[in-house]
Amino acid sequence: MRIICPFCGERELGEFTYLGDAKPQRPAADAGEDAVYDYVYLRDNIAGVMSEHWYHGGGCRTWLKVTRNTLTHEISAVEPAAGAGAAKVGA
Amino acid sequence: MKYSIFSLARAALTGHKNWQPTWRDAAPKDRYDVIIIGGGGHGLATAWFLASEFGIRNVAVLEKGWIGSGNAGRNTTIIRSNYGLPGNTGFYELSMKLWERMEQDLNYNAMVSQRGVLNLYHSDAQRDAFARRGNTMRINGIDAELLDQAALRKMLPFLNFDNARFPVQGGLLQRRGGTARHDAVVWGYAHAASELGVDIIQNCEVTGFTRDANGKVTGVETSRGKIGAGKVGMAVAGSSSRVAAMAGLRLPIESHVLQAFVSEAIKPLIPGVMTFGAGHFYVSQSDKGGLVFGGDIDGYNSYAQRGNLPVVEDVCEGGMALIPMIGRVRLLRQWGGIMDMSMDGSPIIDKSPVDGLYINAGWCYGGFKATPGSGFVFAHLIARDQSHKEAALFRLDRFQRGAMIDEKGQGAQPNLH
Repeated sequence: MRIICPFCGERELGEFTYLGDAKPQRPAADAGEDAVYDYVYLRDNIAGVMSEHWYHGGGCRTWLKVTRNTLTHEISAVEPAAGAGAAKVGA
Repeated sequence: MKYSIFSLARAALTGHKNWQPTWRDAAPKDRYDVIIIGGGGHGLATAWFLASEFGIRNVAVLEKGWIGSGNAGRNTTIIRSNYGLPGNTGFYELSMKLWERMEQDLNYNAMVSQRGVLNLYHSDAQRDAFARRGNTMRINGIDAELLDQAALRKMLPFLNFDNARFPVQGGLLQRRGGTARHDAVVWGYAHAASELGVDIIQNCEVTGFTRDANGKVTGVETSRGKIGAGKVGMAVAGSSSRVAAMAGLRLPIESHVLQAFVSEAIKPLIPGVMTFGAGHFYVSQSDKGGLVFGGDIDGYNSYAQRGNLPVVEDVCEGGMALIPMIGRVRLLRQWGGIMDMSMDGSPIIDKSPVDGLYINAGWCYGGFKATPGSGFVFAHLIARDQSHKEAALFRLDRFQRGAMIDEKGQGAQPNLH
């Protein structure tokens, strides 16, 4: 598996660190315990195409959003993650 | 058939032409008292304990592939009970005691070999942590010995004791730990369960659940038709989330790939199982002579039974740091299995929120050693609708209640357990 970083180009997997599914959103501070439990612990654990967060620690040190198939490891899209990553390209 | 020296002699006299299949390859009936989804070690052990200990013999085990095609044939065959946290300590010792009598119970040679499991320590802090864990084990009646460097130099002269960064200072040894022949474990459970009337149905993939008006599970839909059941238990490892989703459940589990490796066969070198304490590397030597070893999971969600090169490099570097001479050994094979990584690194053996459905999941990459214990407590849960006392903490709702069993103290990040 190699990831084409939008800033650094195609790099080997060892340069990247995995966070996980990009879908869960941190609930508002006043959301109930159930919402926090859902966010922290429950996962869709998708078998198929999944959007996920990777960190390019061995390169540009940017958070990336990678679209990857968990059944085949095929990567179909890599883009800067919302926040710090997107700020770099003014998105 | 019963295996013994006499059956072997009889078969030898007839040129070994009259051996019967080890278990019956059954076709599904319309209905069973209990259906177990998943024909791996845990599922087959559950079926055998249901039949032998709890008197429930109208049982089917449904396997989407063939017996031995999943993680039962993909692990590194290690058995041990060296856990430090309440919940784990007693459960894994229950499992260890069942390993010690498994071959007699099943009338099957599973090559259980108590050659010892040694965890090496490389710093004063790590020694203290291991001493504490060893004391926890001994207080609970489990064997543990803390060895210093002098003792290890006699036992394992080839270790890289004077590694500048991670010197080997000593180790925590559980002599009753060791290895077992992984395929023979599933074959043995299949053999013994089948003898008691359990139907083992291969190439039968569960595609959904049938439910009554109250939502209770009444059976399963499969690639070989509908099958009714009084109760359904699932023991499907890396596929846990997918099967649970068919019943509308989301689990605190991610599926990850773990790789393992075997070298070409060499003369006897590694006397037991040993683990590097400063990286992640564990190794034993199979009876055929190959070094069987592994390390960390790859770290990203995966349902593909294969991994990537960075972990291959990391595992081999761990091996080289500990035993430099294995750099001359050639790698023979490498493979991957899909692990059901839970949010605290410990398993879930519990009723599900759906009536009639029972969950056995979240084994991370420690499922093999738990096989007999898991089968026993899961059968207990299904038969009596009550957790066995040694599995009472493996609750599905423990994450919601803040009652985690986090042996490594990593928090809710499954790829770090």
